[in-house]
Amino acid sequence: MTIRKTTAMIAAITMLSVGACAKKAPDTLPPAPEGTGTDTGTGTDTGVVPGSQADFIANISSDRIFFDYDQYNVDAEDQATLRSQAQWLQRNPAVRVTLEGHADERGTRDYNIALGERRANAAKNYLASLGVDPNRIQVISYGKERPAAIGSNEEAWAQNRRAVTVVIGR
Amino acid sequence: MLRPTLFSLTLMLTTASALAQTPPPADPAPATPRETIEGELSQDRTVIAIPALATPQVATVAGLRTDSLGRQIAEVIAADLERSGLYAPLGPGSVRAIEMGEVRAPRFADWQARNAENVVHGFVQASGTGGFVVGCYLYDTQLGSELVRQGFEIQPADWRRAAHKCADAIYSRLSGEAPFFDSRVAYIAESGPKGNRIKRLAIMDSDGGNHRFITNGQALAISPRFSPDYKKIVYVSYLNDRVRVFIYDIASGSQKLVTESGNATFAPRWSPDGRQILFSMAVGGNTDIYRVSADGGTPVRLTNAPGIDVGGSFSPDGRKIVFESDRSGSQQIYTMNIDGSDQRRISFGGGRYATPEWSPRGDLIAFTRIGGGEFRVGVMTPSGGGVRLLTNSWQDEAPTWSPNGRVIQFFRTSPGRDGKSSLWQVDLTGVNLRRLPTPQDGSDPSWGPVLP
Repeated sequence: MTIRKTTAMIAAITMLSVGACAKKAPDTLPPAPEGTGTDTGTGTDTGVVPGSQADFIANISSDRIFFDYDQYNVDAEDQATLRSQAQWLQRNPAVRVTLEGHADERGTRDYNIALGERRANAAKNYLASLGVDPNRIQVISYGKERPAAIGSNEEAWAQNRRAVTVVIGR
Repeated sequence: MLRPTLFSLTLMLTTASALAQTPPPADPAPATPRETIEGELSQDRTVIAIPALATPQVATVAGLRTDSLGRQIAEVIAADLERSGLYAPLGPGSVRAIEMGEVRAPRFADWQARNAENVVHGFVQASGTGGFVVGCYLYDTQLGSELVRQGFEIQPADWRRAAHKCADAIYSRLSGEAPFFDSRVAYIAESGPKGNRIKRLAIMDSDGGNHRFITNGQALAISPRFSPDYKKIVYVSYLNDRVRVFIYDIASGSQKLVTESGNATFAPRWSPDGRQILFSMAVGGNTDIYRVSADGGTPVRLTNAPGIDVGGSFSPDGRKIVFESDRSGSQQIYTMNIDGSDQRRISFGGGRYATPEWSPRGDLIAFTRIGGGEFRVGVMTPSGGGVRLLTNSWQDEAPTWSPNGRVIQFFRTSPGRDGKSSLWQVDLTGVNLRRLPTPQDGSDPSWGPVLP
């Protein structure tokens, strides 16, 4: 709904706001996977299989975007992350992904599944607006079932309110 | 099967009472672990003496001795009545055993001397058809009168049910409330680290007895609900990395999808007659509530607000549905007719209101209130009045009603990296708060009706 309506403006905003202050990114990000590099190489010379999850991680700014409490809007920082994902997906057109939506533990179980659906779909819709075929993206909500950080504090909750893109193959 | 045998009871007692005294019962196997009691119970609870049930003749059926079974049944009766919060039972561990002849001729003076206003007597006898006959009597020690007389013919595996039925008869006679002990609970057994919990479907008696795991934990299982006939469980399984509502058939061990859809389906609930299922479905990120025949067919969409409409619970007459929606900007409770008409908000207090469950009595709706960083369980009337919070902890979530609408079970989660969930129950006073014994951690309890 709202997501679709604002898609046209989003690209423009993204250009202006990349590098703007991170208002809600967690202070501590999850550890970087093995062999992470921020360059745009394909990673073939490091033994990473092109089009694999490792290749994806190695060539995007992050596999996940974060949300405010009970929110699901994709802000400027999220857009930059998703743009890097979209570029990789366009270089690997046969690859399909799952978008996992997650919520922190401060919502009730069923509501959090619905909230995770909102978040995963918001990310999916943004990738689609960048030209990624939505049929390549499947969505699943885990609600509060699979926290990335297990503390019960704002820092942990901020890491858990997330949509994560995972390569599932070709 | 549990078959009332009122007629044969009198006959058997007359013949049995002439028999010789029975030896003291052997040490019984321990019953379920004791609950943790948190509340401050009333000091003037009715004292009820519950000696071990007598046996006219010690016999062993299916490995169960009638004398030790008599003691175990008395222990379950005492535990049930204790859990109700209304009574102070003196179980078989604290009163003398009785002889068979006392069952219908209690020594009232003895029990008055123990300050017991009531005494429960009974017997266990091999039935001759591979089971037992259990007799259960309640007496008023002051008046010297009989208040309850019940008899059951049971299969060995059902012995706990005879105890629950006896406790129900006593509870109903003394409190005037409908029975609730002889009922079952479906819930989710949890284990493993917080970031990767293993969640299994499990079932048990309302007191934690006869526990059984249903699913093996390979697929995440959440939000089960027993069908009203206890033959099926509707729940959400993450089988094959999808979120879908399944109906699990307990006898066959097979399960089927409630509806075929590429979308996530979750938050299932039965109608009171077991013929229909409510569920929530997310389409493109927008969740609405649907109703479908339990036998399949095309689902009927009941809500179409752009927000999250989720959950739901039928009124006991099957004519209305209470559900939650964030259409106002935050989770609140609404009611509607079962065709989706007349949707109206009923919760207006501060904070958010979630997981509404209509009492089987129809008079109250239980909910989870979210506010101040905590979840608390409370009740309100179906029009939204009389809001009362019954619990006060970090996270108390997802109330489910006892069959008589007097007690609520829910799950309590503790905060932090080692945070765990456990099953609790509280009565409508909020005072009688207890933790239920489960072999692992537990969440998402769903309490079914009284067994026939």
